[in-house]
Amino acid sequence: MKKIGEKIYTWVDERYDLSPILKFMSEKNVPVHHHTVWYYMGGVTLFLFITQVVTGILLLFYYRPGADSAYESMRFILTEVNFGWLIRSIHSWSANLMVFFVFVHMFSTFFTRSYIKPRELTWLTGFALLALSLGFGFSGYLLPWNELAFFATKVGTDIVGVIPVIGKPIMAVLRGGEDVTGATLTRFYAFHVAMLPAIFTVILFVHVLFVQKQGMSEPEGLSKTKKTMPFFPDFFLRDALLWMIVLNVLLFLAVFYPWDLGFKADPFSPAPAGILPEWYFIFMFQTLKMIPAHVLIFEGEVLGILFFMIAGLAWALVPFWELKSKRKGLSNPMNIVGIISIIYIIIMTIIGYTS
Amino acid sequence: MKISLIVSMILAGMLLYPGTTIVQAEITDQLVAEDNCVSCHLEMEILPADFQKYDIHLQRGLSCAGCHGGDPSSDDPEESMDPKKGFIGKPALKDIPQFCGKCHSNIDFMRTYRPRIATDQVQQYYTSIHGKKLKSGDTKVAECVSCHTAHAIPSGKDGRSTVYPLNIPSMCDKCHGDSEHMKGYKIPTNQFEKYARSVHGINLLENKDIGAPACNDCHGNHGATPPGIESVSHVCGGCHVNNLDYFKESPMSEPYVDLEIHACEQCHGYHEVSKTSDEMFGVSEKSVCNECHTEADAGYIAAQKIHTSLSNFVSAYDSAEAQLREVQKKGMDDVEVLFLLKEAHQVLIHTRTLTHTFTPSKVEEKSQEGIEKSRQALEIASLEIEDYYFRRRGFGIATLFITVLVIALFFRIRSMDKEEK
Repeated sequence: MKKIGEKIYTWVDERYDLSPILKFMSEKNVPVHHHTVWYYMGGVTLFLFITQVVTGILLLFYYRPGADSAYESMRFILTEVNFGWLIRSIHSWSANLMVFFVFVHMFSTFFTRSYIKPRELTWLTGFALLALSLGFGFSGYLLPWNELAFFATKVGTDIVGVIPVIGKPIMAVLRGGEDVTGATLTRFYAFHVAMLPAIFTVILFVHVLFVQKQGMSEPEGLSKTKKTMPFFPDFFLRDALLWMIVLNVLLFLAVFYPWDLGFKADPFSPAPAGILPEWYFIFMFQTLKMIPAHVLIFEGEVLGILFFMIAGLAWALVPFWELKSKRKGLSNPMNIVGIISIIYIIIMTIIGYTS
Repeated sequence: MKISLIVSMILAGMLLYPGTTIVQAEITDQLVAEDNCVSCHLEMEILPADFQKYDIHLQRGLSCAGCHGGDPSSDDPEESMDPKKGFIGKPALKDIPQFCGKCHSNIDFMRTYRPRIATDQVQQYYTSIHGKKLKSGDTKVAECVSCHTAHAIPSGKDGRSTVYPLNIPSMCDKCHGDSEHMKGYKIPTNQFEKYARSVHGINLLENKDIGAPACNDCHGNHGATPPGIESVSHVCGGCHVNNLDYFKESPMSEPYVDLEIHACEQCHGYHEVSKTSDEMFGVSEKSVCNECHTEADAGYIAAQKIHTSLSNFVSAYDSAEAQLREVQKKGMDDVEVLFLLKEAHQVLIHTRTLTHTFTPSKVEEKSQEGIEKSRQALEIASLEIEDYYFRRRGFGIATLFITVLVIALFFRIRSMDKEEK
């Protein structure tokens, strides 16, 4: 077996010269310090993305987009296809966990100042990946064509329509017409399985390439005696260990808390009570709900959306306006910005679920 | 010309628009204000006690003179209530059917309000016990006003109407439950109490199901009469069509006619029709078959067989239903089981209806069909529950496998760390 492996390696090496790659991999080191744990978050996110791709492709074998077939094919997957229930549940749970770990990865990067020069573009590509992950979540939510997803999409796209000037055209493009219909479903399907994965894969490649090229960022103010560990096999094995634990958690969630299919969407029925978007949109949804209908001469909802657009843009451009300070902990202004953001998201999410 | 056409169209549009009720209320207010009968009687506080503006006659523009005659345009009482101008005043009780029938029996007049309206009420009324007795001079019996009121008659579909389905039993009971009033007629006065306890009464009065029969559904409306021996089964069969058809073809049909036994009433009762149960059939104490059949006669054996078929079916159905609840409790897929159980339930209803054939083989055949469906449902439900445990076992094995890998990796990492140190 070993000989076959060697033969294959030699065959490829003779033709493509693998020594620079091997050299790079053997020399790649990961800094070791008390923030090393955050390095694993990107890896976990990557693992969950791979899970998404694999389970998503398996679902594609049976899923049929369309107002008359989407829900039925989902029911078929859940009831008739061998392990269909498991694949679908893992897909849904890993999507949610992926968004969660994207946030954890982003905030760990933020608090460890890993975005500063020379890693501005790594941060920017990471932010783009966060936006695309949310896009994946939003478009995938509608695909089962159930009641909850239908009305949540209606509300979500309505909010987009409020954006001044460009809102209505964007809403029409997203919906494929004036209302959420079967046309919206096929459109979201195209976004979810073709457009977003293509863009995501390219940006993910660039993001990982930047990390490999520049190496792991080390937080400022650590001791000068630098300690490292080789990426192969030390860090890689630790990554693999964590991935396996995450896989086990995914299996646990899929078996014990399988994702509901709900009732088929009926565009003519009134919206049921308790329509909520996915948990990662709740803080924005709740904020928009709490803003008064009119603030001075402006519409409250428009102001709220503009606020989130500006806040999102500011967050994406953090490396370029960072408030520099050598202070540590809560006296550092950037830490205060980060902590306020997290507290705001958590509180608004709790209010959203409990109100 | 054009303006009047436009105005007419606007007015027609207003009447067709959902705000019709508001428009009608305005018309009524205007009518009440301009009609000298109303304004004068209102001023003198001698309007009839039951006078209501929601009365359908007022709503459609018919004021006092529409029924009582006279000239409402005159404010001189002698002129407005001049018999020469058609003033009738308060009609005598015996004349009320004709009084209302002036319009309600006139199809040419009534069809201007509703094209398919019935106009045979007075004709039917005189075929009823009420009508016959009124004709013979008994003014205690019900005439139009007794049931409909005189001046507060909304549409029969209006909940305020005395003849709205939910109000009919209590409306009839006003007279039929009054033992003083009914003295001399030699009929019981406890029909309402019995009816209220019946399956029909509970559905209508408690569950507010206006599809459930009230008094008029069995006794008729204007032609109200107690159903005779010949017609009582037809009355029940009006709704319970299959039960009657099966009964007519059953071996019980002829003997019942010979013995002058009311077909349905014999087992189910009449005003106090209780909810049926499978226990009604068979030879137990709750069975109604025991009332006529004795041990070892053919009817007794047939009842026993029918009860056994029904019990076997119900038992199979209940087992499948219990397993379905278990499937639902475990959060597994219940669609196919539910579908099969719905089918089985339909068969169960059919089987229970077939008991009216009093033929054990027919009931047994249908029961077997239902038992088979219940068995299929039970089998699928059991597979779902098995799958539930399979998933958990699978998770356990996967966890074990992953845990072994995690431990192996952990020791490998530790040994590497030691080597590096």
